[in-house]
Amino acid sequence: MSDQLTFTYEIDGEDFTRAGEASSTVKNKLKMLGVDSDAIRKVAIAMYEGEINMVIHADGGTITVTVSDNDITMVLADRGPGIPDIDKAMQEGYSTAREEVRSLGFGAGMGLPNMKRFTDEMRIDTAIGQGTTITMRVLL
Amino acid sequence: MEKNKFMRSVRLREADCQGCINCIKYCPTQAIRVHNGKAHIIDKFCIDCGRCIRYCPHHAKIAVYDPLSVINDFKYTVALPAPSLYAQYNNLTNVDIVLNALLKLGFDDVYEVSAAAELVSEASRKYIEEHADEVPFISSACPSVIRLIRVKFPSLISRLLPIKAPVEVAAEIARARAIKKTGLKPEEIGIIFISPCPSKVSYAKSPLGIEKSSIDNVVAIKDVYPLLLPHMKQDESQLKPLSHSGRIGIGWSNAGGEVAGLLAENYLAADGIVNILRVLEELEDEKLHGLTFVELNACNGGCVGGTLTVENAYIATTKTKRLIRYQPVSKNHLAENPDVKNLFWADDIEYEPVFRLGNTFKESLKMMSDVEKLTARFPGLDCGSCGAPTCQTLAEDIVRGDATPNDCIYVLRANIADLSDKIAALTRNKDTDQGFSSRDSELLDSYIRTLTAELASFGVPEHPENR
Repeated sequence: MSDQLTFTYEIDGEDFTRAGEASSTVKNKLKMLGVDSDAIRKVAIAMYEGEINMVIHADGGTITVTVSDNDITMVLADRGPGIPDIDKAMQEGYSTAREEVRSLGFGAGMGLPNMKRFTDEMRIDTAIGQGTTITMRVLL
Repeated sequence: MEKNKFMRSVRLREADCQGCINCIKYCPTQAIRVHNGKAHIIDKFCIDCGRCIRYCPHHAKIAVYDPLSVINDFKYTVALPAPSLYAQYNNLTNVDIVLNALLKLGFDDVYEVSAAAELVSEASRKYIEEHADEVPFISSACPSVIRLIRVKFPSLISRLLPIKAPVEVAAEIARARAIKKTGLKPEEIGIIFISPCPSKVSYAKSPLGIEKSSIDNVVAIKDVYPLLLPHMKQDESQLKPLSHSGRIGIGWSNAGGEVAGLLAENYLAADGIVNILRVLEELEDEKLHGLTFVELNACNGGCVGGTLTVENAYIATTKTKRLIRYQPVSKNHLAENPDVKNLFWADDIEYEPVFRLGNTFKESLKMMSDVEKLTARFPGLDCGSCGAPTCQTLAEDIVRGDATPNDCIYVLRANIADLSDKIAALTRNKDTDQGFSSRDSELLDSYIRTLTAELASFGVPEHPENR
């Protein structure tokens, strides 16, 4: 598997206004690679949602993006509180975001559902008190 | 002749270029490099926004456009004044003063771009209403905006409003009227646009959305402005009534003018190339919700802020507002304009992936991997000394074959330090019992020659006054 490329981003949990920087950087790299614009759109939206989630719920984390001939894989790993009920978390409109976060326009309960909608595969590995790792794949 | 897709009217006046890095830093599409002490504009990256013209401290970036003498090339000429022309004059209360002065200057007739703008506004309102499920639409009046989207935002191309710019519609109407009035052949009639910006110069020669523009020549507001002044001191009662546009049409000269003509509730109007880049990024990421229309102007303040204007953009904005205050909303309607044949684009805008690294995905992947490795070697200062705006762009230039790592003075300095070390080690050997072989001597010689060559390749460029 030589024909692949990996990018790693540390997500700062402190600053809302910076959330989206990593997904924006990835988007521009994918354009330079000549990836189909529909796939770029899916990656950008899913990754942005994930990035926001990491800032809101988990005080940041690490995102690893791997680009290969046939897919783009995003692994979003955090050391946050974990997700107690994945089924509930996947419901549109369900959110555990704090009030001050919602007042900023985030926490509408669309993050995880959008991540699932815009990717071809999504897996959630979570442990209470230890953190969550979300793996998403967009096929090319 | 095939039209040049990357035609540009922003040029370099090489004699004035000092090789400084101001332009490369200000260019929003990273289209300029400085090599061998001179700036070079890369055609396919340039969107003709004119930002380098504003920021070059040596005035080496210029706009090319036609001289006013082009009016002698035709039997009959029609001037198309941009509404931003009116905003150049102080205390202007009557647009007819400007339009009559254009006739005195030598034009046979005038047709206001603002009149056509009102037709474009009407057509836009109708189009948006009929395509309500496809909103938001992005305005397509500023050619630099279209060119930016064409090279950087493929997913937004379908959002461009597929309607001709006001100046194009004005040119078509003006020619049709002139033919009717004079009986001359189309080519004997000169349709001449008085433009606030170089972007429209390129548009007229190589239009987007249509095959050929009806505009014959483009002259600059800054050239025409002073020539009109002596013709403007006249008795208002003697003026021919030529003006036929209202608040909507003239208002197009200002940022927010186009959306005002749409009478839309949920819109965004952004001006200034850096601001619109940010808006386009957010639109692409679907972070902006509930919008019907997005107006984008590459220049701060809108067309009144164009690089071919004279007046300060913000004073011009106020002057436009004052001029239109007591005008009726609109004086032009599609139903009353039989000369208007088709307001819509004939051609699709195609994505031009000029920033793509390689020709195939595999090749691009390999090249990007090399870009990453190179970028890690560079200091990340984005100092511009190599002639590229950032360390990242230098790395991209290297993998494209347009630069070498030694263009980075930090890499070069490290190479030189390394060579010096090797030379020092060799000369130390001389005094040990290992001795100094002929092989060592050859090595030393080659190190010194490399060192000399590397040193020769850089240095403080000679100051022009000492040349």
